[in-house]
Amino acid sequence: MELWFFERHTPNVKFSIRVERQLESVRSEFQRIDVFESPEFGRFLTLDGYMMLTEKDEFIYHEMIVHVPMAVHPCAERVLVIGAGDGGTLRELCRYACVAHIDLVEIDRMVVEVCRRHLPSVACAFDDPRVNLHYEDGVKFVRSRVDEYDVIIVDSTDPFGPGEGLFAKEFYGNCCKALRSGGILVNQHESPFYADDAAAVQRAHKRIVESFDISKLYQAHIPTYSSGHWLFGFASNSLHPVRDLRAEEWNALGIKTRYYNTRLHAGAFALPNYVEELLKDAERKR
Amino acid sequence: MNRDAQSRAPIMEALLQFKRARVVPFDVPGHKRGRGNPELCELLGEQCMAIDVNAMKPLDNLCHPVSVILEAERLAADAFGAGHAFFMVGGTTSAVQAMILSACKTGDKIIMPRNVHRSVINALVLCGAVPVYVNPRIHQKLGISLGMAMADVEAAILQNPDAKAVLLNNPTYYGVCSNLAAVTDLAHRHGMLVLVDEAHGTHLYFGRGLPVSAMAAGADLAAVSMHKSGGSLTQSSFLLAKDSVNVHRIRQIINLTQTTSGSYLLLASLDVSRKSLALNGADIFEHVVQMAQYAREEINRIGDYYAFAGELTDGDAFFDFDATKLSVHTLDMGLAGIEVYDLLRDEYDIQIEFGDLANILAYLSAGDRLRDLERLVSALAEIRRRYKKDKAGMLTQEYVPPVVVTAPQAAFYAEKQPVPLSESVGRVCGEFVMSYPPGIPILAPGERVTPEIIEHIEYAKERGCLLTGAEDPDIETIQVLK
Repeated sequence: MELWFFERHTPNVKFSIRVERQLESVRSEFQRIDVFESPEFGRFLTLDGYMMLTEKDEFIYHEMIVHVPMAVHPCAERVLVIGAGDGGTLRELCRYACVAHIDLVEIDRMVVEVCRRHLPSVACAFDDPRVNLHYEDGVKFVRSRVDEYDVIIVDSTDPFGPGEGLFAKEFYGNCCKALRSGGILVNQHESPFYADDAAAVQRAHKRIVESFDISKLYQAHIPTYSSGHWLFGFASNSLHPVRDLRAEEWNALGIKTRYYNTRLHAGAFALPNYVEELLKDAERKR
Repeated sequence: MNRDAQSRAPIMEALLQFKRARVVPFDVPGHKRGRGNPELCELLGEQCMAIDVNAMKPLDNLCHPVSVILEAERLAADAFGAGHAFFMVGGTTSAVQAMILSACKTGDKIIMPRNVHRSVINALVLCGAVPVYVNPRIHQKLGISLGMAMADVEAAILQNPDAKAVLLNNPTYYGVCSNLAAVTDLAHRHGMLVLVDEAHGTHLYFGRGLPVSAMAAGADLAAVSMHKSGGSLTQSSFLLAKDSVNVHRIRQIINLTQTTSGSYLLLASLDVSRKSLALNGADIFEHVVQMAQYAREEINRIGDYYAFAGELTDGDAFFDFDATKLSVHTLDMGLAGIEVYDLLRDEYDIQIEFGDLANILAYLSAGDRLRDLERLVSALAEIRRRYKKDKAGMLTQEYVPPVVVTAPQAAFYAEKQPVPLSESVGRVCGEFVMSYPPGIPILAPGERVTPEIIEHIEYAKERGCLLTGAEDPDIETIQVLK
């Protein structure tokens, strides 16, 4: 017997993984949550049928969303993480001694529970004493925060479903207000390859550009995400992601990584021409 | 209300039955279940096209209901506590007009507040009735019209004992309710009918702890916009009648202007929505009130905004508040409601119901989700952070009380000429000028133009209000009586 999970990356493209067994299938107030075990990618988590992470390639995503801002900010003490109920972003953040306080805001408590149960290598930092869990809508949480965080990481799902508000202009504006001076916002920024995804990239970019003086995108290769070519956003009112990179200081920390390094950091901001064009086009639409 | 009977939806059931019978159509509509118009079928869906059918024996006839439509009307009447419910397919406008045409003929007086919807004054143009306006009280801080004060209604009734009816708009767009039961009682004691424009009040019939509905208050006729809070398709509506009025006469009046090809999509949507409200309405609207209450608390926490509610009631012209309404006063931030309305749409992709000079209204219903409310509140917080201004020089009032010189019908049909707006002071207006929404006229046919009204129009234009009704779309000139 063969069991296959598939996800449509477009109406005409399917991405498929062979499944050994299903470990969990629950419906929360917000979404359907599934965990599967597969021969190739290990365990993987899907929300409403959309791939969130696999044990095999999650390190790429989580290292890139955390170490890039942390290698630019000189001393991030207070960090806000929105979404990220799987705990992978927390795991990477907790490796920094400078971080004194992390607020994690996840709308769906059940995602955290399921990940703690089935994905222990990812959901391993929830008990760190610096971590404060808030089960509420990130849009609401950030609304009342002023001048509080050095780094905000938006580790959201896709721009439809429960994560939709995390791609809205008012949310980015509220994040800008919640950052201390010299703060950095990093967000999951979708893929530039297929037309619908590219439109989401443009929409989000346009809205971030309207809220921050510096707004750059960087890329990583994530095999299980749509097209495999994935983008992240870096926004700040004073720090440039490459010119202000503190490579020596970061390397001196001795944090062992499998994907990220400071040479790749600079290179990740060098985008293909078609992506640059896409972003310029979004900026022109302002 | 008989709950078991309410789980039926006779029009829907007849349509499904008809669809199963696979009857071969050699009648109208010519798209023949969508086959003749593939592009439209693709847009609306086959299911939708298949039930867009003509009146026929198994499906009854809206102009003269004897079977499934009559049955559906009786179920609706039971659900709303009315003697009879008419299915209307020309919007609540058609229900309002049928109410007025049933109560008045040429020269008859009808007592009403001036802040009525344009459809009411249009009905006066049609039937030649003469309005006796009771100026609604104005809330000084919010700048919105309230209901009618009892003393004012009583004075109008005593001064016009020959008036045929009293019309109320209840609740207003903002959720303000008059003392409906007391007005009804007073009018009935003077032999006048009570007509209620209840366009924003469908939910009052089903929610728990909401203001009293027209039928419960004993009113004779009520026009109810099912397509607003009731969930049916746009343009579908109910006209409710108590047994005190002649149902056959009202049917005749409706048929004067109603289409003979009533859309079964609209009729079915009324039928299904009535079923849903009768069975689940109490829970649905409790949830809506909770959402509105939550949004009010969050918005009031931002600062400078005032999301008002029942704390403003005064036992008279603001007798009760419809807590499903989310109205927010914006002037303390130095922004007109219309400006906040435009910013929400243009900058934040959020469309609200309307903004006037001093307030915005977000329409909440069963279809809303908490996370969308969070976006609305966050966007309002951002607008305050980015656009807050000095509030000096802001006009507050929704409209200026007018001076009526000529009855609407006479003014509508009189010889007219255009004059520049600035030179129109003292002339009698021959057309409508209104912001839409909410569609309450600033000037109606037959009213004298005053300097205050011109100032109001100029200010509304400057702030970006969409002004409609006048022949000159830019309202540089205005039609006045020769």
